Amino acid sequence: MPAPPCASCHAARAALRRPRSGQALCGACFCAAFEAEVLHTVLAGRLLPPGAVVAVGASGGKDSTVLAHVLRELAPRLGVSLRLVAVDEGIGGYRDAALAAVRRQAARWELPLTVVAYADLFGGWTMDAVARSTAGSGRSRACCTFCGVLRRRALEEGARLVGATHIVTGHNADDMAETVLMNFLRGDTGRLARGGGLGSPGEGGALPRCRPLQLASQKEVVLYAHFRRLDYFSEECVYAPEAFRGHARDLLKRLEVVRPSVVLDLVHSAERLALAPAAQPARPRACTCCRALASRPLCQACTLLDGLDRGRPRLAIGKGRRGLDEEAPRAGAQPPPSAALPAF
Amino acid sequence: MCQVGEDYREPVPKDPPPPPRPGHEQQKCMKWCVKCKKGAPVLVIRAGDAFCRDCFKAYYVHKFRAVLGKNRLIFPGEKVLLAWSGGPSSSSMLWQVLEGLSRESAKQLRFVPGVVYVDEGAACGRNPEDRAETLAEVQSILRSTGLPWHGVALEEVFGLPQSVLRHFSQEPAMGDGAYKEAVDGFIQQQQGLGTEGARDSPSLSPGLEQLSWPSPHNPQSPARPHTAAETEALSRLFNSVRTLTAKEELLQTLRTHLILHVARTHGYSKVMTGDSCTRLAIKLLTNLALGRGAFLAWDTGFADERHGDVVVVRPMREHMLKEVAFYNHLFAIPTVLTPAIDTKAPEKASIHRLMEAFVLQLQAQFPSTVSTVYRTSEKLVKAPRAGRAASPSRPCCLLCLCMLDVDSADSATAFGAQSTTALSLRQAPALQTQAKEPTVPCCSPGLCEDRGCCRGARPSEREDLQACVIEQLCYSCRVNMKDLGPGHAGDPGVSD
Repeated sequence: MPAPPCASCHAARAALRRPRSGQALCGACFCAAFEAEVLHTVLAGRLLPPGAVVAVGASGGKDSTVLAHVLRELAPRLGVSLRLVAVDEGIGGYRDAALAAVRRQAARWELPLTVVAYADLFGGWTMDAVARSTAGSGRSRACCTFCGVLRRRALEEGARLVGATHIVTGHNADDMAETVLMNFLRGDTGRLARGGGLGSPGEGGALPRCRPLQLASQKEVVLYAHFRRLDYFSEECVYAPEAFRGHARDLLKRLEVVRPSVVLDLVHSAERLALAPAAQPARPRACTCCRALASRPLCQACTLLDGLDRGRPRLAIGKGRRGLDEEAPRAGAQPPPSAALPAF
Repeated sequence: MCQVGEDYREPVPKDPPPPPRPGHEQQKCMKWCVKCKKGAPVLVIRAGDAFCRDCFKAYYVHKFRAVLGKNRLIFPGEKVLLAWSGGPSSSSMLWQVLEGLSRESAKQLRFVPGVVYVDEGAACGRNPEDRAETLAEVQSILRSTGLPWHGVALEEVFGLPQSVLRHFSQEPAMGDGAYKEAVDGFIQQQQGLGTEGARDSPSLSPGLEQLSWPSPHNPQSPARPHTAAETEALSRLFNSVRTLTAKEELLQTLRTHLILHVARTHGYSKVMTGDSCTRLAIKLLTNLALGRGAFLAWDTGFADERHGDVVVVRPMREHMLKEVAFYNHLFAIPTVLTPAIDTKAPEKASIHRLMEAFVLQLQAQFPSTVSTVYRTSEKLVKAPRAGRAASPSRPCCLLCLCMLDVDSADSATAFGAQSTTALSLRQAPALQTQAKEPTVPCCSPGLCEDRGCCRGARPSEREDLQACVIEQLCYSCRVNMKDLGPGHAGDPGVSD
């Protein structure tokens, strides 16, 4: 049975049905609709003012590739200029291949690319070194905890290096839905209180961040990348199977079978959560060590690194906090020697 | 993957020797109850605590009393309706109340209870013989409690007046001082009246003026006989709902309204439901997935006052399902098990089933899951999210009576994203809409009686009516409405 005509241009044959509305569209019309929706999100949320220098967090994966591509199309209309910032966490067998994809993209789109590496920024601690350090205690390694915190610091550093005024990341609606489920299951009221919006406005000197793809579902991102024939890196991180997020992701996939609109329903719930004032995170101030945004005297990145340097990697995770007030680093495990630490 | 024992360049740092694992200690102590250290333990709850029978009973009863006492919402002498479904949690709650009322108990419970049972057989598709059998069992149990009880069938929902969906203005909240005064006054009265306050029909002290007393009611009112037409109409209503998720939500809404109606007619000011901790954690995650993030505090908190004059209270919210099950087994609490609307449904049939399977599975792997979700739910507040313009008299949803949480002005939201696509869909040529127009069966006769709308209305009129009703619903009720069959423009008794 031949496909119905496209509901938008009525000329070409429809190539897909949009998951959200069931509307049948051809490839070109779908891409146009997708771009229009992202533009609408950016304009309605006032995310990127004209004249902004936007640092795009590029990992080589589908979300950041689509984000960079769409923003590049929309840049003239928005009046912004783009810079690509890639973070090298030092995960062997994964990040090198992803970075190769980012370099190809930067060459093809003629966008300036900056790569910041954990090894340079954080005193030689790569993710592989962190994983080895946290292994062996019989509990989970919590690699994603370290990687997430350090990556956000690295992104901020990279954005400052290129002189950016805003940071954008490619989180899509499925990511936000998984996040809210995961935070409820873990009881993380601080993150529940902070999340739900389209990004953070950038308090206390941190750069404002936003997620223009937040209202686009993952299926549509993949379809867009397919129709625009974008070249991206599609393997998952080697540490991903251990993450707690996997439970939330699995649940979300099953929920989507029952009710396809559940992704946006969860995003709507996340936007409207009302938490008690006591559960809200504290007013942000500057970290005493690196001057970055922090809600405690030491920012989380410095705390985690401190724990790693002392040979007690779980110091900043969960109940390990009790050891934080102890003395400065002893001669515990040191990371492999590397280039001098840059001053932040 | 990179585990200890593989060869690396630098040696893995040695952690200080881990503290002796609590498991070893516990295994030695498994011989005695952790509380009294004397009795032989009969069960293990929480994180491996073994309790003997008496200590478990004391712990269970104490939790029930503590939840009631901590919240100070139930005033002495107040009429409270216990919503009993026959299931384990509500039966346990009923028996806790009975035991608490007896004069031998340490601190006698001071409110005046009644019981309501809702027969949902028509929605579940049970035949009349099975329903009659269940009703007989129910009657025998409720008669043995000696409390005034009301049995209603879900079919009676067709007879509800329009006022059911109107939002009652809330009574001014009574402060802590008022509670203390009420309790002191009640105690004085009891002492003055001598040995008043028998167990089955507590005589009502005339001194408490702030609560209104109804005329003396029948001690028991069995279900008014419902006609076969109503049963037929109800089953047609439920069969026309396309998904099990929407069916469960519809059933819940109808049941709540029916129970509230019973409470209002007979003068009860509080309704107690037997939701346990596990059920509430599942309910919280389910409601999150249904788009009810704004209303979680009302749906899963201790007190739910959105109906204004009648407050729904959840005293079993700190009891885990495992504790309830063991208590019922050890102390022989009578229950009546009836098949529900989702009995034996596969896991992927509805969001409720999926969440239940997920939470129970995760709980087996991470034993603190349910208590973590419960603790998070305690931190939710009943207010619009901080920072939003909160107008005091916002319109309320027609079906669930919560403040509307959709804001058409702000389009950079999930709701905005969906309504823009819907708009573009409607602007498609007429050909498209006519092709999509389903053949509309006439809706069940009892449903839209008050409106007189759907009989003979043209399709476009019906669509306008439907759009009009949808405007008055909250986000999650709108999503559920999409699953309802065509022609069901609203609940019975919708007033425009």
